[in-house]
Amino acid sequence: MGVTRNPTNITQGSKTKGGLGESTLRPDGTLKVTGEFAYSSDMWHEDMLWGFTLRSPHAHAKILSIDTGEALATSGVYAVMTHDDLPAFTKYGLEYKDTPVLADGVVRYHGEPIAIIAADHPETARRAAAKIKVEFELLPLVIDEETALADGAPILHPNRDDHHADHVTHPNIVHRQPIIRGDANEAAKRADIVISGEYEVGMQDQAFLGPESGLAVPAEDGGVDLYIATQWLHSDLGQLSPVLGLPEDKIRMTLSGVGGAFGGREDLSMQAHACLLALRTGKPVKIVYNRFESFFGHVHRHPAKLWYEHGVTSEGKITHMKCRIVLDGGAYASASPAVVGNASSLAVGPYVIDDVEIEAVALYTNNPPCGAMRGFGAVQACFAYEAQMDKLAAALGMDAVEFRQLNAMSQGTIMPTGQKVDSPAPVAELLRRVKALPMPPEQQWLAGDAEGRSIDIRDLPGALSNTTHGEGVVRGVGYAVGIKNVGFSEGFDDYSTARVRLEVINGEPVAMVHTAMAEVGQGGVTVHAQIARTELGVTQVTIHPADTQVGSAGSTSASRQTYVTGGAVKNSCEAVREKVLELGRAKFGTYHPAWATAELLLEGGKVVTDGGEVLADLVDVIEGETIDLELEWRHRPTQAFDLVTGQGDGHVQYSFCAHRAVVEVDTELGLVKVIELAAAQDVGKALNPLSVVGQIQGGTTQGLGLAVMEEIIVDKNAKVRNPSFTDYLIPTILDTPTIPVDVLELADEHAPYGLRGIGEAPTLSSTPAVVAAIRAATGLALKRVPVRPEHLTGT
Amino acid sequence: MDFLRPASWEEALAAKAEHPTAVPIAGGTDVMVEINFDHRRPDVMLDLNRIGELQEWEVTEETVRLGASVPYTRIMEHLRTELPGLALAAHTVGSPQIRNRGSVGGNLGAASPAGDSHPALLAAGAEVEAVSVRGTRLIPVEEFYTGVKRNSLAADELIRAVHIKKADGPQQFSKVGTRNAMVIAVCAFGLALHPETRTVKTGIGSAAPTPLRARVAEDFLTAALEEGGFWENGKIIPPAVARQFAELVSGAANPIDDVRGTASYRRHALGVMARRTLGWTWDEYRGNERTQSCA
Repeated sequence: MGVTRNPTNITQGSKTKGGLGESTLRPDGTLKVTGEFAYSSDMWHEDMLWGFTLRSPHAHAKILSIDTGEALATSGVYAVMTHDDLPAFTKYGLEYKDTPVLADGVVRYHGEPIAIIAADHPETARRAAAKIKVEFELLPLVIDEETALADGAPILHPNRDDHHADHVTHPNIVHRQPIIRGDANEAAKRADIVISGEYEVGMQDQAFLGPESGLAVPAEDGGVDLYIATQWLHSDLGQLSPVLGLPEDKIRMTLSGVGGAFGGREDLSMQAHACLLALRTGKPVKIVYNRFESFFGHVHRHPAKLWYEHGVTSEGKITHMKCRIVLDGGAYASASPAVVGNASSLAVGPYVIDDVEIEAVALYTNNPPCGAMRGFGAVQACFAYEAQMDKLAAALGMDAVEFRQLNAMSQGTIMPTGQKVDSPAPVAELLRRVKALPMPPEQQWLAGDAEGRSIDIRDLPGALSNTTHGEGVVRGVGYAVGIKNVGFSEGFDDYSTARVRLEVINGEPVAMVHTAMAEVGQGGVTVHAQIARTELGVTQVTIHPADTQVGSAGSTSASRQTYVTGGAVKNSCEAVREKVLELGRAKFGTYHPAWATAELLLEGGKVVTDGGEVLADLVDVIEGETIDLELEWRHRPTQAFDLVTGQGDGHVQYSFCAHRAVVEVDTELGLVKVIELAAAQDVGKALNPLSVVGQIQGGTTQGLGLAVMEEIIVDKNAKVRNPSFTDYLIPTILDTPTIPVDVLELADEHAPYGLRGIGEAPTLSSTPAVVAAIRAATGLALKRVPVRPEHLTGT
Repeated sequence: MDFLRPASWEEALAAKAEHPTAVPIAGGTDVMVEINFDHRRPDVMLDLNRIGELQEWEVTEETVRLGASVPYTRIMEHLRTELPGLALAAHTVGSPQIRNRGSVGGNLGAASPAGDSHPALLAAGAEVEAVSVRGTRLIPVEEFYTGVKRNSLAADELIRAVHIKKADGPQQFSKVGTRNAMVIAVCAFGLALHPETRTVKTGIGSAAPTPLRARVAEDFLTAALEEGGFWENGKIIPPAVARQFAELVSGAANPIDDVRGTASYRRHALGVMARRTLGWTWDEYRGNERTQSCA
């Protein structure tokens, strides 16, 4: 599991201990492993009330009446609120505000909030909720593209005024993005072989372990303090302010312990509800979803249907690609428009194809709302185009890796959007690296015994369930590679803010870094401290709790925080350093000519020249002063995609990962054991190599989950069938293979330290690599994930 | 809710007689989940954790008398030789934490068709010791399950122990789930060879409203082994016999389609497990087995 480093033209090795490039340990790691970390669900306040949400049992229904009388009369109940009790604006949303805070006379999905209750005990609140009488009139359902676009289909959002309303071809389409480049029909004439395929991706859940939770405390000034687990404090704030009817400065938000996010905390869940109940009752209100409710309390990954056509010459060059991607956005928009942008603009994969016709749409349906999840539209496309690559290679009789390498993009490639890739894109090299790794031994369940008479069933499909001792087990190997954008795209003003303070405390220089970055487990706080140490040459760095007293950091998503908030911390540190040097010049400038002439650095608590000569102690320079700066920082701007042609420099940066999966399949029972899932990824610069490997292994495992087990099952009535960890399965340690990680560091000269956002790319290629390996073992086409035993056994 | 904590078995029986709706709780791995998910709201709970004897077992000449609350971990550690099928089944129960708390008594009380211990109990042969203030009765395990999550206990009865026949031959247990650990059975199968009586017994889990024996398959195989003199000659069982046995096991099930799997997959998988476990047990009987290591 070694981290392989390549020479890079950026040398940022820090002379200050705990700086960049070191695998400093996370401050929350030990606490989480030992169960001592305080999550948002652990918060407590004297006299607090418990909030509870009454949710719709139906996926589409008119609400004829709501009778809250009996619930309100229950002893211990302080408030019951419905849509009629909302004090101000009644909707919220990430991109458009189409989501009712509480159902507005109609429910559009199973689990939609209808009423909220505050009581002195959670059980009292639950029992009171059961006493609320709601009369429904069931409405016809929209559950897929056919029912969404049929003549006379129910229009789920009849009075749309969002910025996509005018250009979509049907009001049940949230957003549609075509991307046309070259002439696919003309190019198809050069093809010797044309391969088409239809693929399907099931609804994956983020399945974060810490359920939605928070504590709202009413304040004396009429405002509210909200302690909350979220991915983006300021986005929540911007949505809460109109709903609560309060100016933003009356809503003070502080990040509390977040137990994972993966996109599922981008949208509001209980934030508005807790604040509304707190303001209504004048008491602190805590809301914690249980696991069942959590499955209804956040958006999921868009399920998708994808149609692809590729042509190829007999020499193996891809001539053209056409595809159509239909994403089920569910009842409300959430992040669907941006997911469409990603799915379409990354639909080609990491390949050079000059002639393309791409169309991606997201639908409004009565299925659960879908939005952000790690990989964000690129996951669905990658599953389909990588299946196509294997089919094309097979049709040509070529090796699947060589075929990909022959068509791989590289620095300088023009994307279908017309954007030139202007930093390293080592796609062929990543594939070479995973392919070159040694194979795990054959039949390794026998490996422990030279005579082969002892079986370790943990190494077999089914493991301790004891379903095979080797019978029916066939090995398969599969490869995949993917491309993901980093940061918010399509012209979004994707900035971050960092406040950095430098002062002397007890005779030692101490830096404080204050951002609103949501630490959701990605390790951002570790990296911020490393940046401050490197830039300011101090050992002691305090990370201020994330809150809204500082400017926005943007979302902890899109693989962007190390790049953008890391970039902001670097930028603010550089400004602080300039102030230090100004102070130094004023105090000591006359003592040494280098103060005026040399490039000066802060290292090991000293001001030094770039030649290493010490000019002064940092303590002596800043003694008696406090340098405290808050600055915004922006990466290069991006452009919107043209709504007709899809042209535009829409993305900030691209990120690449390749996988090789080795699986053992019990071909008779249809059970799969992934033995090894090797990854190679270009990370630009590993600021914290241990965290980098952790992110890649985590993303890889989440992709494995989608390949073989993770799916929210929604039935024909648009109802969720498996809202529990009993029946929504995520990989256990026995499902998680060995994950060797080969880290490549080719600097992106446009990014801070040359780094590349890394969190999502491994989630893309992991899924198709595993499925390719299962195809290799079984010879089956497997057009859908997750692959179920039924698919492998034809039952 | 009343929470009763009897200090002795006699007190527990008296409490159950007085409160027939009381829900017994020991490890809580099933009852607490139901309460937490709001699937049931018992008015009275009967905590059996103070009754030490329920955590004990006794090995006699013919049987193991397994206290109702003996956790799965103990079965895996101490009763592998006497109860190999049940020990294998215990291995597949939940996580280590669940195996430290969950017990066969709880599995029987819940009577879920997906309970992991049932196929092993059916295949080995077992009797449930049901006790009330009125007295004690031994219920053959195949008569114990009466419907989905229903059993033949009377309202005033508690499970004190399970009397399980000590293995007189090889036993196997297999369970299909869609992940490699911590999974509820899509379907499960237990098989025990009984060389002393020259019979075989089976147990099917999660593929019918109740756990059940595949009796037609058992009779077929028992007859085939007898007719071919296999118990004496120890020859390999012909594939045609194994196939027929597997088909009869599949046919004995009465599964449904649900979120965990389809009915037709369950039938198919039972057949595969029946064929494989027959191969493993017969190889072991012939003295030709591979050992399994999994701890």
